[in-house]
Amino acid sequence: MNDIIERERGLLELQKRIADLRDANASQPVDMSPEIAALEQKYEQLQREVFGSLTPWQKVHMARHPSRPTSVDYIGALDRFDELHGDRHFRDDPAIVAGFALLRGRPVMVMGQQRGRDTKENLRRNFGMVTPEGYRKAQRLAHTASRLGVPIVTFIDTKGADPGITSEEHAQSEAIATCLLAFTTARVPIVATIIGEGGSGGALALGIADHVIMLEHSTYSVASPDACAAILWGDASKAEEAASRLKLTAADLQRFGIIDEIIPEPLGGAHRDPTSVVAKVLGSISSGLQRLSAMSPEALLESRYQKYRRIGAWHDERRAAVGSGP
Amino acid sequence: MPMPEWLRSRRSKNADARDAALWSKCPVCGEVLYRRDLAANLYVCTKCGHHFRMGAYDRISMLIDGDFTEIGAEVLPGDPLGWVDKKTYPVKLAGDKEKSGLSEGVVCGIGAIDGFEVALAVMDFHFRGGTMGTVVGDRITLLLEEARKRHLPCVIFTASGGARMEEGMYALMQMAKTTAAVARFMQDGNPFITVLTDPTTGGVSASFAFEADVIIAEPKAMIGFAGRRVIEQTIRQKLPDQFQTAEFLLEKGAIDMVIDRHDLKGTLVRLLQYTSGSTSVAL
Repeated sequence: MNDIIERERGLLELQKRIADLRDANASQPVDMSPEIAALEQKYEQLQREVFGSLTPWQKVHMARHPSRPTSVDYIGALDRFDELHGDRHFRDDPAIVAGFALLRGRPVMVMGQQRGRDTKENLRRNFGMVTPEGYRKAQRLAHTASRLGVPIVTFIDTKGADPGITSEEHAQSEAIATCLLAFTTARVPIVATIIGEGGSGGALALGIADHVIMLEHSTYSVASPDACAAILWGDASKAEEAASRLKLTAADLQRFGIIDEIIPEPLGGAHRDPTSVVAKVLGSISSGLQRLSAMSPEALLESRYQKYRRIGAWHDERRAAVGSGP
Repeated sequence: MPMPEWLRSRRSKNADARDAALWSKCPVCGEVLYRRDLAANLYVCTKCGHHFRMGAYDRISMLIDGDFTEIGAEVLPGDPLGWVDKKTYPVKLAGDKEKSGLSEGVVCGIGAIDGFEVALAVMDFHFRGGTMGTVVGDRITLLLEEARKRHLPCVIFTASGGARMEEGMYALMQMAKTTAAVARFMQDGNPFITVLTDPTTGGVSASFAFEADVIIAEPKAMIGFAGRRVIEQTIRQKLPDQFQTAEFLLEKGAIDMVIDRHDLKGTLVRLLQYTSGSTSVAL
């Protein structure tokens, strides 16, 4: 069960009581305004208590919240979108939505991992777990964008790459590896935004970028906490513990220099006010592209290379911290 | 659920350390092999042909003619997340160092294979399951940068459980870092060969392992993106034994060749001859 939904339930009940009291107040002579005000105050306080500071595991639940805006919500808010389909070899993977679009008038190649908002859509979209065909669609379009000088905008929202038999048969590793190659060599600005859950290489396949944005309550980790617990301790039920150890929150990753910008969410999460969150995200992407568009392709490639070169690189500071090593 | 081969071989270790040093039991056919015979046969079972996992330095001495100049040996692991579970991460690393005799999961350097100077990286499963953290990423990147500068071919032997959990996102980002180094290296027209050994999975298979011009695998090596256990849990059924073996990948078109360890050096030399820019190769 989603922990955030559980927490929202109590608040919803209180909200309903306040509404009922308001209705009652309007139709009877006794003034209940002070009671209503007190309840409203309690509601505000409770909301701050419940959502004011989320643990890493609660953030994972927030990132997986079924009402949280997904890639199509952001893509749908662009000025225009023409979807492009397929890997030109085998099939079209609905877990990646991609195509040409206009962002504040600027042509972009947009691609996002797409989970479903309900069970039926989740089955069609494979819960946002991308198959090799999806990564091949993404790399094909990254090559096109690079060749035509169209900036790339990506939205990341996946637990991880699809771990099925067919995906292995179709060389999932190769599909992700060559997708990484396509993004690392693209001669156009790339802005990536982690809007929900960013899990493992399956997320990173669309995540190599010149500017990386994270929503405040989104998460980004080397493996989903569930997978990490299964890998390290053979017990997926220790996911909460893994979540706290993995340092998967936006604040942690900004501190590490792995992401560049955090977009705050309304109290209670992005789904409380999706319109304003989507607008803020698109605004940040647009400013990022504006800044990056001043750079030559050579300067862009060099700065992208150095950016990843630095992450966790051996330098004097670390040498001192490590000492003679273990 | 059948125990994966690599796990079976790890668990079947002889409890008596002195015996273990002298004798090894083949995890596939059960034959008890005199350790010196096994080494002389390139760690291939003399009875059934099972390819044992090799230590990085054994592999290097099998391939390299004379000197081997290490690159990145000074790069050592830190503890970027301050990781603690049953043990702290530095304690785990100290145990791996003790067990493997290595300072990290990969050994990189420059040496000659039958006269061909190459940049060589050999991963070693005995150090934290060959997982890729910042040190593996850094050493591979330093090697590719040096090879690019000197226009040398690059050969990488992979053996890895994937990205190293204890280094979190720093580990995942090594996929991006090594890929960027591979791209620059290859764009300059340098040949890149990978040899996938048992096992090659996760973040390593989904980055430099599958970015090479020619991808070789050792017989029966387990190669894949997702681990067998993860797939079986997802589909809730047992996988066929052949699934994710080198031979399976060859049949599916994911790799170029499966080569017995005895023929590996000869194969590498022939590939280096084709790709060294020479217009005439003496037979």
